[in-house]
Amino acid sequence: MCNTCGCNITPGNEHLVRADGKHALTEDGRAAVTVLQGLLSENDHQAAHNREHFDHHGVLALNLMSSPGAGKTSLLEATIEALGGEFRIAVIEGDLETENDAERIRAKGVPAIQISTGSACHLDAHLVHTALHHLDLDDIDLLFIENVGNLVCPASFDLGQHRNIALLSVPEGDDKPAKYPVMFRTADLVLCTKADLLSVLPEFQPERAERYLRQLASTAPFMTIATRGDAALAPWLQWLRDELRSQRERLELGRSIRPAIVPEGAHPPAGTAEQLHRHAHDHHSSHSHSHSHSHSHAHD
Amino acid sequence: MHELSLCQSLLDQVEQIAREHGATRVDRILLKVGPLSGVEGALLQHAYPLAAAGTIAAQAELVIEPSQIRVRCRQCEAETDATPNRLLCGACGSFETRLISGDELLLANLELTIPDQDD
Repeated sequence: MCNTCGCNITPGNEHLVRADGKHALTEDGRAAVTVLQGLLSENDHQAAHNREHFDHHGVLALNLMSSPGAGKTSLLEATIEALGGEFRIAVIEGDLETENDAERIRAKGVPAIQISTGSACHLDAHLVHTALHHLDLDDIDLLFIENVGNLVCPASFDLGQHRNIALLSVPEGDDKPAKYPVMFRTADLVLCTKADLLSVLPEFQPERAERYLRQLASTAPFMTIATRGDAALAPWLQWLRDELRSQRERLELGRSIRPAIVPEGAHPPAGTAEQLHRHAHDHHSSHSHSHSHSHSHAHD
Repeated sequence: MHELSLCQSLLDQVEQIAREHGATRVDRILLKVGPLSGVEGALLQHAYPLAAAGTIAAQAELVIEPSQIRVRCRQCEAETDATPNRLLCGACGSFETRLISGDELLLANLELTIPDQDD
């Protein structure tokens, strides 16, 4: 949505603009100016620009978010091993310090750009844009953006990605979605990682984690996966294949997509929201077969 | 914490609007911040004077209006209050709701001193 045409006016905020004219005067004669502009509009503008880049080059961009240590880099290593022959993969790594993660990815033979954020707790659209200058997007099918390990701030910044993926690892506890609702409600897919530890951590119940997720009004698929053990990654790999296929179909029709919930202050008008909602539904219904087994007792 | 950088982007917008209107001073800034925006109003208040020092909005009163979380049910169409980690329909309990208010992070309105305002 934009910040100029008034499409971010909703029933929740319209009273703010119901003043008379643009220069209504306050009691003491000051000019009152109605703005209704998202505070992150500069970031959002850059994010939209990034997304155009991705679409133009046929790249599917995925934003991975989780706490530190939930297994984002391990998941990427395993994913590259499984899909490296099928798709051209690249990774943008965000960390406060070190090149360690980028080196781990490069060791798997795919390009990785490390963004060292210093003390910044999240990636933003400008940082990602700078990193894109070091990648040849024409050589990439799947671009993973591994955000800074943090369940708070990354949720507020659109990077230009097409999908948000949140990881929740078994040792963290199953109530993370309830504790960090802002993060988990933005996820288009939630991966419960390190499932190989479920046998030693019986207090973690995947069903309970998924219930907390549903309480955020999330319809995102919830998958329990592990990077160790055979076939433990299958639903995730299939999700990636399906998403990439959907992205290509969309691009052929000249359409783009954003995550179902974008981290921005304003709401789209009813029409747009329905459209976004329908996107989400198309997506879920067309792939229901692929994650039905991991998604079975979802929500009734 | 990114409230300081948020204040800086707020001030960029405020200064631009003040310039467009030929204002000499920004007197009041009204923000609308929802609990699901990921931003703490109190932290914004703390960061604001640091970011605003030396700008046209240095003396401005920063007012943060919290918004309430409201959801509309896709099943029964009811519109109800909700809490950050329980966004279910308050009427029928369905999780298929749409947020209609509560994640705002908006610069809603400014009050400016504009010399010679007689068109």
